Amino acid sequence: MGLCKTLLAGAGALALAATAASAQKKYDEGASDTEIRIGHTNPYSGPASAYGQIGKTIEAYFKMVNDKGGINGRKITFITYDDGYAPPKTVEMVRKLVEEDKVLFVFQTLGTPSNTAIHKYLNGKKVPQLFVATGASVWGKPQEYPWTMGWQPDYQTEGIIYAKHILANVKDPKIAVLMQNDDYGRDYLNGFKRGLGKDADKIVQVATYEVADPNIDSQIIQLKNSGANAFFNITTPKFAALAIKKAHEIGWKPAHYLNNVSASVGSVMKPAGLEASQAIVTAAYLKDPTDPQFQNDADMGTWRAFMDKYYPNGDKTSAFTTYGYAVSSTLAEVLKRAGDNLTRENIMKQAASLKALEVPLLLPGIKINTSPTDFYPIQSVRLQRFEGETWQLFGDVLSNEAD
Amino acid sequence: MADTVASRNGTPAASAAGFVWGYRYGLLLVVLPLLLIAGGKAGFVSNFQFLQLSLMIVYAIAVLGLNLLTGFNGQISLGHGAFFAAGAYTAAILIDQHNWPLWATLPMAALVCFFAGYLFGLPALRLEGHYLALATFALAVAVPQILKYRHLEPITKGVMGINVFKSDPPFGLPLSTDQWMFLVVLAVAAFMFWIARNLLDSRTGRALIAIRDHSMAASTMGINVAHYKAVVFGISALYTGLAGALHGVIFEFVSPDSFRFELSIAILVGAVVGGIASLPGAVIGGVFVQVIEKYADALTKQISAAVQLPLELDPWLIYGIVLIALMYAMPTGIVGGMAVLWRRLKAMRGL
Repeated sequence: MGLCKTLLAGAGALALAATAASAQKKYDEGASDTEIRIGHTNPYSGPASAYGQIGKTIEAYFKMVNDKGGINGRKITFITYDDGYAPPKTVEMVRKLVEEDKVLFVFQTLGTPSNTAIHKYLNGKKVPQLFVATGASVWGKPQEYPWTMGWQPDYQTEGIIYAKHILANVKDPKIAVLMQNDDYGRDYLNGFKRGLGKDADKIVQVATYEVADPNIDSQIIQLKNSGANAFFNITTPKFAALAIKKAHEIGWKPAHYLNNVSASVGSVMKPAGLEASQAIVTAAYLKDPTDPQFQNDADMGTWRAFMDKYYPNGDKTSAFTTYGYAVSSTLAEVLKRAGDNLTRENIMKQAASLKALEVPLLLPGIKINTSPTDFYPIQSVRLQRFEGETWQLFGDVLSNEAD
Repeated sequence: MADTVASRNGTPAASAAGFVWGYRYGLLLVVLPLLLIAGGKAGFVSNFQFLQLSLMIVYAIAVLGLNLLTGFNGQISLGHGAFFAAGAYTAAILIDQHNWPLWATLPMAALVCFFAGYLFGLPALRLEGHYLALATFALAVAVPQILKYRHLEPITKGVMGINVFKSDPPFGLPLSTDQWMFLVVLAVAAFMFWIARNLLDSRTGRALIAIRDHSMAASTMGINVAHYKAVVFGISALYTGLAGALHGVIFEFVSPDSFRFELSIAILVGAVVGGIASLPGAVIGGVFVQVIEKYADALTKQISAAVQLPLELDPWLIYGIVLIALMYAMPTGIVGGMAVLWRRLKAMRGL
């Protein structure tokens, strides 16, 4: 009994001490009175180098933040390395970021295979792997991986939405799928099959490609020969452009669904050819910079001014630059809320308590919501169709919670 | 190059000198890591730098493996990345799926690669020179695809690769995992170099060199050329496979993309740049493979930022320039070039 009381009193004293301490400044490695160090990897070279625009936009964003005095008076040191979309390189660079550059957390590391390779390492080290640039559904598992969080809508949800749209709009659908042979491709395909439900046998042909492949001509010919009248295109930008171009060249005109991660006018549709890109459908959660209805939008205006000043040679028709801006804004908000308590634990805590957060450039009606059990920040999309030289939104805001 | 091998046979005086040298190397092998560990404890050497050092040593073992085959036996291989991959995957699969301890996986990986190398060496014996190079190159190109093969995916985990977990230092040693693995890798490397030196110093070693210099003459002297060629292919693969296993363990991750054919080329370049048919050359080659691959990129960026170039340079540019410059300045590799320089310096002092 006496022991119990002593323990209780001790626990109470500890709790008091903890609350007292939280009012003071608290730092983990990578944070100080003057600085917050953030680590990042991105493919600036290699087969997915179109995504390099994201890293450059984020870098420019934090330069702007620093020019305006930083966050809560602290400058952001944003350290970014090229991993060439190769997981072994990501492993090495992330270890460098954590062990040598001593960053507070890792942010927006890009690619499903790359993030899978560092997933266990970062969770073992208890370093936040925040807002990763991939929509695989594994990033939203706080019980198993409390230090990892995604940002964009997960691929399974997106796949389900395309499946439902095909079933409702394509008469007697025969579906061809082209996918990258890794967990990113498989995640989309799994969601797509779930969306088709009992109609999963409507998929008549699935072709895969490797990131190292020089082209995908034979896959497209194979898919055309299957007689499919709908096409789900699960590819990264370079291959998306190649697929659109080749399908057009050989005169294959299916109802074309392109995954969101390649829905960039500047990096995919233009290289593929605008004529070849007509009527392609994709899901969007960000205002597309080419969409005429956002021409006079306030967020767009701010973004254009930012691009002109901090990333002047950036592509203002590419969804990757708007993406980089929006995800950086989300992080800036998390850091602002973390205040002077810049521990890794508090960063995750703040990231997991965003309620109806409005982030610049998100489509009207789409907000960010997270909780300690919900690590999927964005879960809604709208469909858009490529017409002329721009994306045009249609339909309502769609959500479909995966898992 | 030949004198490093030849110097140790002969007079008692020479063997005494050899002993002194061995003693000095041994001392160096003990003092240097101790200094580094002390540096690590004091915070001068980060865990990431220990990883880099370990990787250098790992590549040195791989380069040594190729050196035994190409330098001392005259067979060219463009496919040693394949054995590196085989070793790495053997270790990773045993640790990840069968919970083997580290110390048991290394000999197993070595054994697997020896047999893989021996079996590949047997038919490849009919191929000479360029044809052998092409056959091995095909192997290097095929291995990543084999690792991704759908029906092997339950074992290899396909394109996503396998996460391996390093074992913590035993007996509660006050070391970080990276520091401990550095010591393990160093010990393995020292042991493997010692074995290689003794091998080359033996009948077998002389037979290998004789085959390289003139295989017909060697066979008239009673050397079983086919047998030795296949065995040295196996031994070479064993070294490279062991390096691969260590790489998998210290890197904590293996995937097909870790072992693209560029790796095979990197190992060959390391062997040539370090100095073909030279044991110290293998060490320099290992350092070269690690340093130039990892820092060419950063260096290119720094240089283009410093002189404010309007165009973006390719990260491999520096690599290419360094390689061309080295081949012009030191055609026999860095070790050979150093030897020439040393002789000239001595001659100048003599004057």
